[in-house]
Amino acid sequence: MTRVGAVAPALSAAEVAERAREIAASIGSSHGPVVAVGAQTHWEVGGPVPDLEEALVVRAPSGIVAYDPAELTITCGAGTPVAMLDATLAEAGQECPLDPADPAATVGGVLMAGLSGRRRLRWGPLRERLLEARFVTGDGRIVKGGGPTVKNVTGFDVCRLLVGSLGTLGVAVQVTLRCQPRQSVALWTVGPTGVSAADVRRRLFNPSCVASDTQGVHVLFEGHADDIDAELAVSGCTPVVAGPIGPQGPWRGRISVPVTALRAVVDGLDGLDGLDGLGALATSMVPAAGDGVTVAWLAEWGVGTVHVASLSAEGLLAARALAQAHGGWLLREAGRLGPAGPDGAGPSGVGLDDGFGVGLPDPQIQRRLKMAFDPAGRLNPGRIPL
Amino acid sequence: MDATVPDHRADRSFASPSDAELTRLVADLGVALGPDRARSDPLELALYARDAGVASGRAAAVCFPRTTAEVAAAVQTARRHGRPFLGRGSGTGLAGGATPVDDPVVIVTTQMNRVLEVDVDERFAWVEPGVLNLDLTRAVAHLGLHYAPDPSSQQACSIGGNVATNAGGPHCLLYGTTQAHVLAAEVVLPDGTVTVLGGLSPDQPGYDLRGVFVGSEGTMGIATRIAVRLMPDPPALRTLLLDFTDVDAAAATVSGIIADGLVPAALEMMDADITRMVEDFVGAGYPRDAAAVLLVEVDGLTHGVDDAIEIIRRVGTANGARTVRVAADATERNLLWKGRKSAFGAIARIAPNYYLHDTVVPRTRLVEVLRGVYAIADEQRIKVLNVFHAGDGNLHPLLVFDGREPGVMERVHAAGDAIIELSLSVGGVLSGEHGIGLEKRAYMRSQFSPDDLHVQAGMRDAFDPDGFSNPHKVLPAGSRCGDVQSLPEGVWV
Ligand SMILES: Cc1cc2nc3c(=O)[nH]c(=O)nc-3n(C[C@H](O)[C@H](O)[C@H](O)COP(=O)(O)OP(=O)(O)OC[C@H]3O[C@@H](n4cnc5c(N)ncnc54)[C@H](O)[C@@H]3O)c2cc1C
Ligand SMILES: Cc1cc2nc3c(=O)[nH]c(=O)nc-3n(C[C@H](O)[C@H](O)[C@H](O)COP(=O)(O)OP(=O)(O)OC[C@H]3O[C@@H](n4cnc5c(N)ncnc54)[C@H](O)[C@@H]3O)c2cc1C
Repeated sequence: MTRVGAVAPALSAAEVAERAREIAASIGSSHGPVVAVGAQTHWEVGGPVPDLEEALVVRAPSGIVAYDPAELTITCGAGTPVAMLDATLAEAGQECPLDPADPAATVGGVLMAGLSGRRRLRWGPLRERLLEARFVTGDGRIVKGGGPTVKNVTGFDVCRLLVGSLGTLGVAVQVTLRCQPRQSVALWTVGPTGVSAADVRRRLFNPSCVASDTQGVHVLFEGHADDIDAELAVSGCTPVVAGPIGPQGPWRGRISVPVTALRAVVDGLDGLDGLDGLGALATSMVPAAGDGVTVAWLAEWGVGTVHVASLSAEGLLAARALAQAHGGWLLREAGRLGPAGPDGAGPSGVGLDDGFGVGLPDPQIQRRLKMAFDPAGRLNPGRIPL
Repeated sequence: MDATVPDHRADRSFASPSDAELTRLVADLGVALGPDRARSDPLELALYARDAGVASGRAAAVCFPRTTAEVAAAVQTARRHGRPFLGRGSGTGLAGGATPVDDPVVIVTTQMNRVLEVDVDERFAWVEPGVLNLDLTRAVAHLGLHYAPDPSSQQACSIGGNVATNAGGPHCLLYGTTQAHVLAAEVVLPDGTVTVLGGLSPDQPGYDLRGVFVGSEGTMGIATRIAVRLMPDPPALRTLLLDFTDVDAAAATVSGIIADGLVPAALEMMDADITRMVEDFVGAGYPRDAAAVLLVEVDGLTHGVDDAIEIIRRVGTANGARTVRVAADATERNLLWKGRKSAFGAIARIAPNYYLHDTVVPRTRLVEVLRGVYAIADEQRIKVLNVFHAGDGNLHPLLVFDGREPGVMERVHAAGDAIIELSLSVGGVLSGEHGIGLEKRAYMRSQFSPDDLHVQAGMRDAFDPDGFSNPHKVLPAGSRCGDVQSLPEGVWV
């Protein structure tokens, strides 16, 4: 039943099993830190960067293991680039909305980073995508979590635990993901002037993204062309050539706040104008979508995510303080995304190297979970500071 | 399992309490909750000896807290007396999850049944765990919202129980099971402290503890408040009934619809006997002579829904559907659904006992697996009815029998074993929605290796290092080193 697209190399289950055994063996025959490496597009996030010179560096295999469009699931090596996964699914008119900032990112890296893309409002968080994972633990066990079917409540939810674990619980080798039919039309629009993002959202049934920035409201529609026309008519949105600054924009940090506090955080970010950090943004931002527009933040309504850009570490610190004051937190964005700040401080400037910037909830449970998967603390030491 | 395994104590057993110990326990619970809400008379205990599954056990005491603080007090009291505890909602679980083992204090949430807050703009609600699934949807219906997961037991089961079992239902095909609808849960942890797992922000720093708690079947503490997502009612909603003269054709239509690029909101199947029975019972308008019917629902915006209806009609007809009927109005639609949701009631009329199975298979394997299920039932001379969530491959073979017939239980169990074996052999899983509880613990080894089970045991221990919360559930004996087991009567392992 397996049908593998021409665009991606096939990977046999036997090869994956062999690779898992090799990884387990190399963990077993070494003693130091073990670092899983994807495309390193998310590298500096979640704590200090492990020293790759000192560590056992492991990479997951790449390729499609099984894909039957009628199942709406795909199994691939965790090292498969998202671009390759997307191309394979597109051939059958399907998709799996991982939507990473950089399509070179690997499927395993995206899952382990655990952050959802722009279309979360409609398609749900990333964590709902992972059905089954095969991985190697810090003590060299080859483990399967979850199951290959779209519905499954057998045993404890290992997959939910792995998503967002930043490689600290296991090295993912193979994953099975839930896919979906691709919608026939996808259209970015801008909202009518003077109408708030919240009000635009209230007029719509299921937009894929409702975002706002200093320029206005941006709405992504996906679906049947006639339905989208009708939604445009009721909401007053008008089509545009390109959406707001995409995930590959100048973003330096990602705020998570309770959905109920989004309004206050957005107002606060505007208020930061008078301060040093973010204040500079309004005048010195990177052009968006080629039309010379500048932005300092982009808020996702109904989700509680705000992407922020700043040219200085102080700006990010101010944004982080604002997020924390509203019960949220800020994760700095780093790695290859976007240019560094003029003062060289850039994203990994002073005061931003402390992982999540807030204490972890229920640290004892978190620590015991880590112990269960990695008793000697060898996997990515320093990431997810416990 | 090697010597580096940390010292797991979570699978410990608890000795039965003496009468004197029981008396002191109940007295202390009475002090914590008020004497009328802590009980131990035999009649009351008998009511809480089992859920809707087959296994029964024995509780040391039953209590009915009304607040988070009272749940915490009940947990602390149980622990002080060295007794395990067990959270219980409505007791409609089918896997023995709420069956008391090792004389626990049963903490019942039925008096915690308020919808605390509804946020219409952000589409979520905070509810107490004892709120019944359908009551939540009723409470928000006037706002144009609903709670999507809709187990067939939705009139009776609680949101707390749904969270603990990661319950599913017909509309979970498109919208996801309970896991996708829980934003946060306030939980009394097994050590008696209170915390909130997850939250209203999209991502939490660190591990997804919320995600681990959902579906943990009461082994990681007791949920006392839950934030659930609410969904907007779809502008367009159409329900179709397809009828077939051949079960294979109906099953092929199921995978055909998905393969055609359509995920309906719901895609349910009923075979010949159950269709006839339901029709006799409620008169839902099902064809009495069909070999199988499919109940399909599509929702969303108008044009997308119209297109979806055409896809279903085309795929159904190509596979030999005799008729494709689109419900003309809400009355007809409700009647079609009433038939599906009354299936279990209808069965009670024909056989004194039934045993409902729950496995999942890849949906492209439905045709062969259904054939296999009929063959297994034939071989064991047991009647089998199939009424199930076909769209996601979630089988519910229902074995009906008369338990008074000598030797029948052996055949029922043999058939059950064979169905599980068949499901796993085609790449399926043990349970799609009812959970493992006591019922399927022993089968866990057919799906998971010792190393797989070892990390799951570690997850349980992370939340409950001393093993007080709903002991002996989910994981089979020996998931860790040195397990000692005591199981209630009626449990086969
Ligand atoms: C501010 C911010 C915004 C972001 N926005 C988005 C977004 O909108 N959408 C989105 O999807 N992502 C987003 N990301 C996440 C990020 O873009 C991707 O997830 C990233 O590309 C990961 O892929 P990679 O292959 O480059 O992983 P790497 O950078 O190589 O690794 C990331 C982490 O995962 C671990 N890891 C990698 N591979 C494995 C493996 N096989 N097993 C175990 N652990 C492994 C690494 O050890 C490391 O801790 C965002 C990140 C930040 C910081
Ligand atoms: C006729 C019938 C049809 C059914 N149809 C479906 C269906 O379509 N889909 C489906 O998924 N299930 C179905 N079920 C099974 C059952 O209704 C579900 O498992 C439901 O979620 C159980 O809820 P409850 O309140 O009855 O929980 P209970 O039976 O009381 O408990 C179930 C489990 O949850 C734990 N628990 C309960 N409350 C809490 C809490 N507050 N905190 C922590 N743990 C808790 C218990 O310890 C136990 O392990 C059906 C059952 C019947 C009898």
